[in-house]
Amino acid sequence: MWHKETSLQGADAVILPGGFAHGDYLRTGAVARFSPIMPAVQRFAEAGGPVLGICNGFQVLLEAGLLPGAMLRNRSVRFQCEHVFVKVEHVDTPFTSKCHPGQVLRIPIAHGEGNYYAEPEIVEQLEARQQIVFRYAVATGAVTPEANPNGSVHNIAGLCNEKRNVVGMMPHPERACELAIGSADGLLLLESAVHSVGQGNGVTAQ
Amino acid sequence: MTITDEVVQQHGLAPDEYQRILEMLGRDPTLSELGIFSVMWSEHCSYKSSRIHLKTLPTTGPRVLQGPGENAGAVDIGDGLAAVFKIESHNHPSFIEPYQGAATGVGGIIRDIFTMGARPIALLNSLRFGSLDEPLVRRNFAGVVAGIAGYGNSMGIPTVGGEIGFDESYTGNPLVNVFCLGIARADEIIKGVASGIGNAVYYVGAKTGRDGIHGATMASAEFDEKSAEKRPAVQVGDPFMEKLLLEACLEVMKTDALIGIQDMGAAGLTCSTCEMAARGGAGIEIDVSLVPQREAGMTPYEILLSESQERMLLVVKQGREGEIERIFEKWDLHAVRIGEVTTDGLMRVKNQGEVVAEIRTECLTDGAPLYHRPMTQPSYLAEAQRLPSLGVPKSATEAFRRLLSSPGIASKRWVYRQYDHMVRTNTLVLPGMGAGVVRVKGTRRALALSVDGNSRFVHLDPFAGAQLAVAEAARNVACAGGQPIAGTNCLNFGNPERSEIMWQFARAVEGIGVACRALDIPITGGNVSLYNETDGKAILPTPVLGVVGLIEDATKVTSRRFRSEGDSIMLLGEAWDELGGSAYLKVMHGLVRGVPPRLDLPREAALLRLLVKGVSDGVIRSAHDCAEGGLAVTLAECCFDTGLGAEVAVPSVETALSGFEDVSALFGESVSRVVVSVAANQVAEMQRLAAESGVPATTVGRVGGDRIRVAVDGRGVLDEPLAAAERLWSCAIGNHFESQRATG
Repeated sequence: MWHKETSLQGADAVILPGGFAHGDYLRTGAVARFSPIMPAVQRFAEAGGPVLGICNGFQVLLEAGLLPGAMLRNRSVRFQCEHVFVKVEHVDTPFTSKCHPGQVLRIPIAHGEGNYYAEPEIVEQLEARQQIVFRYAVATGAVTPEANPNGSVHNIAGLCNEKRNVVGMMPHPERACELAIGSADGLLLLESAVHSVGQGNGVTAQ
Repeated sequence: MTITDEVVQQHGLAPDEYQRILEMLGRDPTLSELGIFSVMWSEHCSYKSSRIHLKTLPTTGPRVLQGPGENAGAVDIGDGLAAVFKIESHNHPSFIEPYQGAATGVGGIIRDIFTMGARPIALLNSLRFGSLDEPLVRRNFAGVVAGIAGYGNSMGIPTVGGEIGFDESYTGNPLVNVFCLGIARADEIIKGVASGIGNAVYYVGAKTGRDGIHGATMASAEFDEKSAEKRPAVQVGDPFMEKLLLEACLEVMKTDALIGIQDMGAAGLTCSTCEMAARGGAGIEIDVSLVPQREAGMTPYEILLSESQERMLLVVKQGREGEIERIFEKWDLHAVRIGEVTTDGLMRVKNQGEVVAEIRTECLTDGAPLYHRPMTQPSYLAEAQRLPSLGVPKSATEAFRRLLSSPGIASKRWVYRQYDHMVRTNTLVLPGMGAGVVRVKGTRRALALSVDGNSRFVHLDPFAGAQLAVAEAARNVACAGGQPIAGTNCLNFGNPERSEIMWQFARAVEGIGVACRALDIPITGGNVSLYNETDGKAILPTPVLGVVGLIEDATKVTSRRFRSEGDSIMLLGEAWDELGGSAYLKVMHGLVRGVPPRLDLPREAALLRLLVKGVSDGVIRSAHDCAEGGLAVTLAECCFDTGLGAEVAVPSVETALSGFEDVSALFGESVSRVVVSVAANQVAEMQRLAAESGVPATTVGRVGGDRIRVAVDGRGVLDEPLAAAERLWSCAIGNHFESQRATG
């Protein structure tokens, strides 16, 4: 889908991919949220259609107000590319339905601004409403400060909206779909999306 | 403005060179013409000191589709595809402004690759710095790494490997060599030619500003205390603009409306126009007033010499202009027609219709001066090649620990973690694991890539050292399972006007030629960076070789890491008493002395064949070249990131200095040696393969346990806990920065 389109042309699900849209010279995602396609994404999300934002796509969702909070520079103040472990906290989203609760996935991150931040009361609300979908963890699933690669509050690696159809995550599941390149754990999330759409959970986009 | 002797000198032109210009033109040059000559005849663009030597390199072979002379080289990798690749330096800008200097170096090499019609799929780099104990060097190092990351990551091209060396000689003159590889259809390679009278010349990309004016001349002058004042001569990168250019140009190339294309790199608009015309045997006429400009009041001189980044020059077939313009519009780029191809063989530059420069293109390209610079064997050599008395050796354990934590050997994770090395999902062997390996999507094949060069060896014997660089890069790709098929070189040396430097250069090129012929590795292009000196002191001579290896089956790839407890460890090759130029001497004694390890090229060729065969047969489960730090460090590196230890026993080497028997066995750097691991029941098969190839192979131990243990002649001389050794190795580089932050 080209960013200058204004219609999603019947898509069953929307994935906003990673990258450096518009160079990210301002704030990550701050320009891309104004892409001509974004109003259609907004409408699709509001209608309950499944939307996944990966890395820069997550940042775009934050800028667009489809998810709460903001990204700060990584605690290291440097770009970081490496495999991390994330714990799946909730499986009742279109992108985690094939996982089991507490499952630990090995998925790479690649970002300079993935340090998730939200006001304490918002974070409390996210916790209370079980919107924190992924947390950085160690291989055994323990959520520890050492497992947090970028300083994200409450080790948040990904979250969903209240309606649970919009999910944003910093790790790259699409880079973990084959053992040949290090891990196939990310495939579960994409299979979840296919499954959810097949179940008719999806809303057909305009 | 009158052209005085002083103006000529400011342009970096020698009096006899100016005389040559007068004769060629038959009149005085205009200031714009003088500027054009100065950049085109600079060392950087003309290779005037190096060309006669470079001509001796082997550049052809059955796989070579494009040798030197174009924007990049290209080789056939089967399936109708070509690998297009080159290495280039951005040394001088990276000292003056580390982040932007390194970033635009990456931008430049990426343009060279996609200009050929190839989609870039991998970046590597070879870097040299002074000691990380120096605050200035740390700033420079951190800036260069961040700059490479900033540009490459943003472009979505993975940085899959590289190497970093440290020596005081690079303190004021770091080296930043960047390698890029792309994939094109072999029959769709695009060239940088201008031809066909009346065809339109288009300018596309970023607007032209005053940045980088005389960058090419700067890269051809030694540094002095005034270098910091040259900051305006460094360009500023815009990777997003480059990303748009890349996508738009690849789309334009799918049409048949394009005649030729070239990026505006060193010497900007000047170089791209006259080189394209010269290659096409045509002339070219442009009007600089049509060039999109970022600043008001720019003179033709400035527009011609600007090195603003992310700009391309295209020649488009008559009548097809609209098609091309529409593709660029789609990518929010505005292609501007600035001139046309002519038949008169002249580069004619107008400013609002008025001619400001008119020069025969061949005067600027083939007509550039060609020097056979005087050479003398350096006076330092005799003394340097003699190994002084080393006193009583320190314990093997202490040496092992110090080597593991020396920045040249220590893990570079602090660095490559900043590079996106997984984007595009092709990276089969991650950085830090040996050669970088990327698969070629749509085929069963993969490419193993390595850039290498040991400047201590080259300093001690340029002819031998350069051969060793070729052999090391080839060995590294073979360790991953890649058959070396082609190479590119980046030759970083001091001031060629000094006869001892010129001797180093000439001998090194000779060495590269000899090794490439023996190992069947044609050189398809590269780059020469001279005048790498600060206050009259040259860097260690540093030829860097980039070698491309072809892996026929992408599922059969190996890395340095041991795989399973109980596997047998075998050593391929033989050890001699060779401490000359070693990391041991540098780290433990502060010495760059002795003679480099001897290289038997037929033996090396046999080893390469054996490695490729052993990996593709699935016999070799891991392979790691014995290089800096010798056998002990190599074994440790095979263990790191695996949780597996090793227990090894080797004999001492013959003729080792008394008292240094263990040191020589553990840390000597005899080459053409590789540590491989094989399943215990495959030892006999590996022996058979090795015997067939005529490569000595010895079973020296087994993988397992949680210690690294080495015995020499049956005496245990090294017994370190794996975790402790790994910690030293992992943290050494990062510690330089964490401690800096704590105190600063």
